[in-house]
Amino acid sequence: MSDRPTTSVLELPAAETASEHHMILNMGPQHPSTHGVLRLVLEIDGEIIQSARPEIGYLHTGIEKTCEAKFYQQVVPLTDRIDYLSPMANNLCYCLAVERLLGLEIPPRAQWMRVLLVELTRLNSHLVWLGTHAMDIGALTVFLYTFREREEILRIFEDVSGQRMMGSYIRIGGPPMDPPLDFFDRVQTFIRTFPEKIDEYSNLLTGNPIFINRLKGVGLLSPKEAVALGVTGPPLRASGVDFDLRRDMPYSSYEKFQFKVPTSTAGDVWARYLVRLEEMRESVKIVQQALDGMPSGPLRPHAPKIVLPDREKMKTEMEAMIHHFKIVTEGFFVPPGEVYQGIESPRGEMGYYVVSDGTAKPYRVHMRNPTFASLQAIETMCKGRLIADLVAVIGSIDIVLGEIDR
Amino acid sequence: MTEITALLGKTQVLEGLPDHPAIKAVVAWKPEALQDAKFDRGELTLTIAADVIRDVCFTLQDAGYNFFEDLTAVDWHPAAPRFQLSYHLLSHQYKERIRLRVMLDQADPSVDSITPVWPAANFYEREVFDLFGIRFHEHPDLRRIMMPDDWEGYPLRKDYPVEGYR
Repeated sequence: MSDRPTTSVLELPAAETASEHHMILNMGPQHPSTHGVLRLVLEIDGEIIQSARPEIGYLHTGIEKTCEAKFYQQVVPLTDRIDYLSPMANNLCYCLAVERLLGLEIPPRAQWMRVLLVELTRLNSHLVWLGTHAMDIGALTVFLYTFREREEILRIFEDVSGQRMMGSYIRIGGPPMDPPLDFFDRVQTFIRTFPEKIDEYSNLLTGNPIFINRLKGVGLLSPKEAVALGVTGPPLRASGVDFDLRRDMPYSSYEKFQFKVPTSTAGDVWARYLVRLEEMRESVKIVQQALDGMPSGPLRPHAPKIVLPDREKMKTEMEAMIHHFKIVTEGFFVPPGEVYQGIESPRGEMGYYVVSDGTAKPYRVHMRNPTFASLQAIETMCKGRLIADLVAVIGSIDIVLGEIDR
Repeated sequence: MTEITALLGKTQVLEGLPDHPAIKAVVAWKPEALQDAKFDRGELTLTIAADVIRDVCFTLQDAGYNFFEDLTAVDWHPAAPRFQLSYHLLSHQYKERIRLRVMLDQADPSVDSITPVWPAANFYEREVFDLFGIRFHEHPDLRRIMMPDDWEGYPLRKDYPVEGYR
């Protein structure tokens, strides 16, 4: 193609190579503190960062293109693999979008189950963030503590879905099967002891002078900059913008839960740490409410042409067998239209834009991922600061390269 | 199944949602900028003339739609006009989002960049450029973002095979 771009990242614009004492430094993609394969092209003056340009795409697998070749229900397992630290949030977002296209009403029990699982996912994701963030700063111990609790969450996920990480338990129409009998007890046991565990992490870090010095006043982002750069989630709220989709544009019955949205006005890495820690405490409350108020009733709506039938029914009823065969072999048809569904994922606003042309395969699926936008704020947060601060800043926006590159 | 209420077409939307802040702002600024409108499944879609998209974004930013969420494209190959750009804007104030839709022809698909309005659009426009081959005028850094710099073709176009070219 004649009009393809020719500028490579290695041919830097003249303005950036002009200054003789500035050095161009590649950070990543194999740097341990970049949480995957993020590559930053840094321009440094001694230890001071003059510019930081993220170069991404090392994990690009073309998931959006793959989605166009799959049936609607076959896309669900793909969504797990985008943000591999919060797979259930991805499942939920995609399923809500398709359900809105279908006009499918979800029973309350399934909605409560979704809230419960997505909040556990938030805890899971925040635990990984806390462990790795502290490890980047040099506090190695916390990682072992957080992964101890994360292990229990993963066991709960395995219990309910058969998979530790890529559960795909949230599906279009509702979960594929009832949770095991001891599921709620296990969650209750975990939730009862978890606030003490948060105190434990807090004891290790919040008063730690090294940790405070590395985080306070670093990576400043004003509310205006945060909004202009598309930053969402905990970094946005740590900059003083009080906006949470769970509360402000509720989905999946979040309006029936009581929780606080932690905010801070400091706008630095330290504020993001405090906001996320507080979010974990709020998530515990939401899970507790979901457990206490779990409605009885069916888990799946009566929509035999969309939701797979029970395995038992398939063996005894002819219709169930036929529906199963039809859904598996030719999918289900979705009315034409377009829907954008946004949810508050652990990292910020995750959105799925699904376009249907009336067939059984999505015409277009686009994912709006929180850290893809937040990554653009790195330069604003790091300009004029030391390289060591960059590590703290990358940790504080909690990037997952799987969802950035897709 | 729930009932899907929909308002299709510009006249229906203008009558059905006379007080909507986004519609009011766009119509007050320039009525002919609004080519078509649709209210479907609780989402408002405004089709905007391609040459005024940046000004419309400025207008809507002033009208309270302060947050740029998402930009992507849809390839309607072989229909004409071929490309659809979908901008999603969010209002923290009204707690509501709208979709702007811009249709582009196959020959030289290009549109003004909205990075002067929201710097957040930078990566999104690069992604659309990379995967669809749509150009954005006055974009500060229009390079491929996902694919290698020397990649040929635009993978998310419908005439690009799923398995890639062998």
